[in-house]
Amino acid sequence: MGVITPVGNDVDTFWQSLISGRSGVGPITHFDTTGYRTKIAGEVKDFDPEDHFDKREIRRLDPFSQFFLVAGRQALAQAKIAFAPEDADNERAGVMVGAGFGGMGTFIDEVALMLDRGPDRVSPTGIPKIIANMAAGLASIENNLLGPVSCVVTACSASANAIGDAAELIRRGAADVMLAGGSEAAITTYGVAGFNQSRALSVRNDEPARASRPFDAERDGFVMGEGGGALVLEDRDRALGRGAEIIGEIVGYGMSADAYHITLPRPGGTGAARAMKAAMTDAALKPSDISYINAHGTSTEANDATETAAIKIAFGDEAYRVPVSSTKSMTGHILGGAGAVEAIVSLLALNQGVLPPTINQETSDPECDLDYVPNEARRFSGEYAMSNSFGFGGHNVALVVGSASVAGAESA
Amino acid sequence: MEKTDIETRLRDVLVTELGLDAEKINPAANFETDLDVDSLGVVELLMAMEDEFGVKIPDDEAEHIHTVGEAIDLVHQKLNS
Repeated sequence: MGVITPVGNDVDTFWQSLISGRSGVGPITHFDTTGYRTKIAGEVKDFDPEDHFDKREIRRLDPFSQFFLVAGRQALAQAKIAFAPEDADNERAGVMVGAGFGGMGTFIDEVALMLDRGPDRVSPTGIPKIIANMAAGLASIENNLLGPVSCVVTACSASANAIGDAAELIRRGAADVMLAGGSEAAITTYGVAGFNQSRALSVRNDEPARASRPFDAERDGFVMGEGGGALVLEDRDRALGRGAEIIGEIVGYGMSADAYHITLPRPGGTGAARAMKAAMTDAALKPSDISYINAHGTSTEANDATETAAIKIAFGDEAYRVPVSSTKSMTGHILGGAGAVEAIVSLLALNQGVLPPTINQETSDPECDLDYVPNEARRFSGEYAMSNSFGFGGHNVALVVGSASVAGAESA
Repeated sequence: MEKTDIETRLRDVLVTELGLDAEKINPAANFETDLDVDSLGVVELLMAMEDEFGVKIPDDEAEHIHTVGEAIDLVHQKLNS
């Protein structure tokens, strides 16, 4: 597993931040926010591209690709997987990456250049920096992965889809190893302006660390985050055969659509509930088997109430038993990268036996009355967790992951 | 402008704008084989030369630039014609 996030650029730091309840949200430094309603975000910190790439590479890499490539290197190193160009089995290895936008910052800069200096002054490398699939392409090039390489663009559910799709490719025998995840780098002039105009973002500029408050009655919108997450998915027999470190298992993948509105969830949560049920069905598990839900939990008025309703539909009486937390309260919303980062959180929670909290729980909302693991991490034990991700357009994705002991036990 | 001045300025552009390795840059160096400049990099090179020296380099003239020396000669010729 690998992460680049607003609360840590490696898995250990990231996890320690989450269980300490540390917010990664602060004033935006990427650009001058004069005139912006929102002036805060969860920016990645202490990430110097020159620590990871040479100068010529950096010129051709949008930050969203940098985030995924570095997270991918962490994941591949932990998995002890490295393919050489001449390896025969690299045709059995691929990449599946989710992104909501792609190189939005590059797009903005190139369009500005074109309008300012003319069409023959834009960069010849602009298009390949911008296109959303390039993180996947680059990861394939860098790691000599010759099998299925693709990209999912389903807004904020993109990298959850990528993980599910990658697992499906392995299940149906199209690949043995998939580097899967996603990334986003949209804390840009237009990114913030655009989300501001759709009235999606928190404007709690004076209290950045308290701005992302999923399920709290005083929530006023989401806080943008950035970064990426990557996992190495591997055919179980191959992984066990080579004595790989087993972190967990992708046991269920459910999808549904709201077919309702471009940005709003379908009221009542029936769409999201169907994705959660589908994931449990795929995993052959019951609600009582799920010990933790990492919520989509964006801190918007609509999402958190609707997701709560959806959990009640999908889990029935178990809804009030299963702990639910939103780590977006600390990371902000990493958009297309969120699903991957939060699948990693779900695996860490199971393996560490600790539930990361939802911070900033101060005023309860009658429409949000589940156990959100308020403010403090908590010990627990469980074998399966669910991670929810929903995207503009009405995409609902739920993943069910199993712990390391589950993954090892089932194979024995 | 003298060729030595052009070479100095072109070298700066190649290093700062294109990120090329300064130690490998000399008039005989071939952009593709010695400096690892690909087809996209050639376009960046031409744009950087146009911006630095205020010249226009049409594609048909650009096709003849393979080495650093040829780039210097072309700029010299344009500035002195």
